[in-house]
Amino acid sequence: MSNKPLDISTPDPWQQIKSYTRARIALGRVGSSLPTNEVLDFGLAHAMARDAVHLALDVEALAAQIESLNITSIQVCSKAQYRPTYLLRPDLGRQLSLESAAHLRATRFSTPFKLLIVVGDGLSSLAIERHVRPLLAEIQQQKPDNWNIDSLVIASQARVAIADEIGEILGATITAMLIGERPGLSSPDSLGIYLTYQPKVGLNDANRNCISNVRPEGLSYAAAAKKMLWLIQQALYLKVSGVALKDESDVAEIEVSKQISDAL
Amino acid sequence: MANYQHTVGTHSYQFADLKQVMAKASPARSGDYLAGVAAETYAERVVARMCLAEVPLSRFLDELLIPYEVDEVTRLIIDTHNQQAFSEISHLTVGDFRNWLLSDAADSATLQRISSGITPEMAAAVSKLMRNQDLILVAKKCHVTTSFRNTIGLPNHLSVRLQPNHPTDDMRGIAASMLDGLLYGAGDAVIGINPATDSLPALMDLYYMVDDVINQYAIPTQSCILTHVTNQIQLIERGAPVDLVFQSIAGTEKANQSFGITIALLKEAQSAAHSLNRGTVGNNVMYFETGQGSALSANANFGVDQQTCEARAYAVARHLSPLLTNTVVGFIGPEYLYDGKQIIRAGLEDHFCGKLLGVPLGCDVCYTNHAEADQDDMDTLMTLLATAGLTFMMGIPGADDIMLNYQTTSFHDALYLRKVLGLKAAPEFEAWLKKMQIMNANGQVQPISPAHHMLQNMPKQLLKVG
Repeated sequence: MSNKPLDISTPDPWQQIKSYTRARIALGRVGSSLPTNEVLDFGLAHAMARDAVHLALDVEALAAQIESLNITSIQVCSKAQYRPTYLLRPDLGRQLSLESAAHLRATRFSTPFKLLIVVGDGLSSLAIERHVRPLLAEIQQQKPDNWNIDSLVIASQARVAIADEIGEILGATITAMLIGERPGLSSPDSLGIYLTYQPKVGLNDANRNCISNVRPEGLSYAAAAKKMLWLIQQALYLKVSGVALKDESDVAEIEVSKQISDAL
Repeated sequence: MANYQHTVGTHSYQFADLKQVMAKASPARSGDYLAGVAAETYAERVVARMCLAEVPLSRFLDELLIPYEVDEVTRLIIDTHNQQAFSEISHLTVGDFRNWLLSDAADSATLQRISSGITPEMAAAVSKLMRNQDLILVAKKCHVTTSFRNTIGLPNHLSVRLQPNHPTDDMRGIAASMLDGLLYGAGDAVIGINPATDSLPALMDLYYMVDDVINQYAIPTQSCILTHVTNQIQLIERGAPVDLVFQSIAGTEKANQSFGITIALLKEAQSAAHSLNRGTVGNNVMYFETGQGSALSANANFGVDQQTCEARAYAVARHLSPLLTNTVVGFIGPEYLYDGKQIIRAGLEDHFCGKLLGVPLGCDVCYTNHAEADQDDMDTLMTLLATAGLTFMMGIPGADDIMLNYQTTSFHDALYLRKVLGLKAAPEFEAWLKKMQIMNANGQVQPISPAHHMLQNMPKQLLKVG
């Protein structure tokens, strides 16, 4: 409970309720200020989140990871060449560079894409490095046999909507964008999945379904893959995605939030 | 239309209209560049300010930045403008107005008297000519007091919103953060939860949970669940114990449409909350949140700079006599406010404009992890705002919101400000803190003993269940 001999901070006597939440409660005080160890803990968490935003995605390493699942990848970039531009100009992160657009148009794939998976760094390359391979493995396992996901696209300096342009060029029926979400202090590596039926340039968030917080401490790979495939099947059946497609795979959702609260 | 040009030496600068003068006169920020309305050079920015300084205040009643016909916020601003209050300043230019605001002639009583004669555009315009210290000095003179179960906004007071969010709305988790905050003396502005769910039964449970805790300890404060206003109206109809009604608002009709609201809907919500008659000290029942960039992100800014759009949101707020209005200054991200410098400037502008217009403005002093900012910037902004007479700030355990994934201010931060600047909690709440022995007789929040009443009698969600 207390304290090294020279530690003059006062701990808070409600330590037992710390287990009920990940919020930073019962931190203790020196006077009314934060003890040194808490300032440093916070500083480290912030540093990790900052690194997650600024760390460039190692595209070669990711391609190799994906290759090990017998999935080939094609690599493209957005019009936001560097990270500062990416952060200041979300519009540029939504558009393919001219070279990448030409490259995609020139590439011929053996079969047309029903489901096209696009992997984008977004705001956390850490999320992509850690979670894309195991999530893809789950998707491979759970998907219907007649769905082909032998190739996918990796997009750098990407925002969600870049998958619309990619999907339109490649003639996909539906895109699944796996993208690094805005890092939180306690979740620097959260991955999001955005599904868009009949992708084309000019769509907006109302046209998408989103699955958020994919990571072992949040929504598990298996649960995320299940939810994603359920939504894709519904979208293909109803020929729509977004607000018109309600996520009724709720049973899975309840299981997940129960897992999270049980884990606390 | 008036001619907006200014000559420096041999170089003559020409501006198309008042909207463009305003945008180009704005201190640099990424959102105005993103919108394509910012000054292109440093010199053009200052020249635009020189041009703006010569514009008569009365021009803002003739040249509307967003047309009356297309925008209900413009109509609200014009239709409710108090000509009599305006008559005291109607002879001034924007530049004269800055001088007058800083002068000792503009004392607190005078500023209160003319408040309804000032439009958001006039407030925004003069703020663009002011340095940070000017924004602090004038805001400090503006007193805006409101009440529900306690009194908010008295001079030399600083209130705190206790924000006990949890990513899955876990009742134990929320109760744990609430208890933590109360034992650190936070929660006089409101105990306000951002829920993860939209489900009405789950929201109902949250209302009852917070209300139970308020009743259990007889806390003179109010609760709020920050869900869409239409949900809150439905929950009031179903008998939920709703104290304050929350809604995010913006400065144009089109941006408000993207939030799914109109002014009439807000009026309806206000009436619904009034019908419950749950206030004991007063009847200010609304809680609003705003933030620069919301109009642009809804593609609803009409070429108006983001700070002016934000000031227009305060006209909407003012119309509904809120208990609290909160500018969530750094939440929107670096494409609107890039770094600590821009966030600090925006926070001071918002607070100044809100107070000048008579709105009880607090600030969520905050940032996201993709902005160039850190807790040192938050320390700077919260200290400046508290010096300027900020109405309230956020209190989140350790400044880390695990539900909304951003960093803001903590219970410890509020105690720092109260200690350094000699600020007090709302008087009714302070009396409660003393009675509960959370605060000592000298007004200092003190460490809690394990035998403390509230630890011996925890909220029922925190009691071990078998």
